[in-house]
Amino acid sequence: MRLEVDISSKEYANAAGERREVLRNIAFTLLPGEVGVIVGPSGCGKTTLLRILTGLDRDFQGRVSRPEHARIGMVFQEPRLLPWRSVEDNIRLVAPEIDAARLSALFAVLELSGHGSHFPGELSLGLARRVALARALAIEPDLLVLDEPFASLDEALAARLREEIATLVAGRSMITLLVTHNLDDAVRLGDHLFLLSARPARILGALPIALPREARGEADIAAIKASIVRQTNGARRERDAS
Amino acid sequence: MRLLSVGLFVVSWWIVSLLVGSAKLPPPPSVLQVMWAEAKTGALFLNLGVTLARVALSFALAMALGTAIGYWMGRVRLADRLGDPWLIILLNLPALVVIVLAYIWAGLTEAAAIAAIAINKLPTAVVTLREGARALDPALDEMASIFALPRARAFRHVVLPQLAPYIAAAARSGLALIWKIVLVAEFLGRPNGVGFEIGVAFQLFDIPLLLAYSLSFAAIVFAIETVLVQPFEARLSRWRPRAA
Repeated sequence: MRLEVDISSKEYANAAGERREVLRNIAFTLLPGEVGVIVGPSGCGKTTLLRILTGLDRDFQGRVSRPEHARIGMVFQEPRLLPWRSVEDNIRLVAPEIDAARLSALFAVLELSGHGSHFPGELSLGLARRVALARALAIEPDLLVLDEPFASLDEALAARLREEIATLVAGRSMITLLVTHNLDDAVRLGDHLFLLSARPARILGALPIALPREARGEADIAAIKASIVRQTNGARRERDAS
Repeated sequence: MRLLSVGLFVVSWWIVSLLVGSAKLPPPPSVLQVMWAEAKTGALFLNLGVTLARVALSFALAMALGTAIGYWMGRVRLADRLGDPWLIILLNLPALVVIVLAYIWAGLTEAAAIAAIAINKLPTAVVTLREGARALDPALDEMASIFALPRARAFRHVVLPQLAPYIAAAARSGLALIWKIVLVAEFLGRPNGVGFEIGVAFQLFDIPLLLAYSLSFAAIVFAIETVLVQPFEARLSRWRPRAA
């Protein structure tokens, strides 16, 4: 199973009837076990890209191939839990066959033990995100999609959730796709980084990170970030010159 | 608190009856006496039972059809465009017209009565449920679609809970409407039921009989509202944070 994306163009008609191009020439491939990270400025069309990849939006030029019946687990920017179902019921709704042992193991890693019978309205945003992540993983997805999972969490909480995601992703043979505007998160979690430009979003650069996630020290991360900044600035100058 | 409120009503009734004279407004004991007499012959229960059965049938019919049509109109644009003019006509058609036409076309039958009552309630249920279907959260639909929830499951766990307050509102207002209309339908063309008895009492100017039936009917409505409708609503909104 692999995820192949080749989008040549995606346009939107706005309320005035003008057509605006949101995405142009976005192509990449991900294999099982890999973590792809899409990094780009806010509002560049990352969420649109995710909607296309998950099959919600079919109105675009190009091709997205993922195996038929691939199970997709998604963590949306806002958690999108059912407020009228308890945390555990929210998870069991999408993964009816999950057994108690696996569920409690998942809860333990995500520090959700004891919250199973709570309603989503009673949870903080950080906890609700964790529940959404547990829900996405409970279905044993072939493709895990995370849309800005750290947005509006404070730094400490974001760091903890990042650790947890790294733990959960390791040793699973799923494709993970993370979307973020934060370069730091991208470098700490990703195997392949795809840098997007402002609208219409194009891939400015694809950057594989060879060093395994757990081996990356602070110095390595800083070095990778610096090289990315150089690369994007270079691309910008090139574009401005042409 | 409720008992106090009911007590206050009985006391003010008594005072007014003393003021205007018992010929126009009989005091509570004489009405109670008639009620008792009717209950002893069984006529009271028979008539109340028949009326309740009509209410239940036409309510169930109107709610089932109204929910289905309203949901459909809220979700499918074409259905909304096609159905809207019909809806406006039905909404503004006086109950009396529907009842009289039903009796003329279908005869003075039980089916005509129940259909006429249901048709009166149907459009309000459709309008309420259409609003509910329009207000469904697309974000949750997307969630259900990405996680590939089977349709029936998604409907039951994602859509229905969002529609529940609208269904409750339609049931509440619809029940109030049906309580009013069922008596008119019985008055005009049925040989039994509370509406028929009130018609008889009206022709004989038998005010105690009229009040006896009206009040027993009101008591039943009150009981059903407190025992069935309100607990049901409370159960549906259990997940909402309590209002202060």
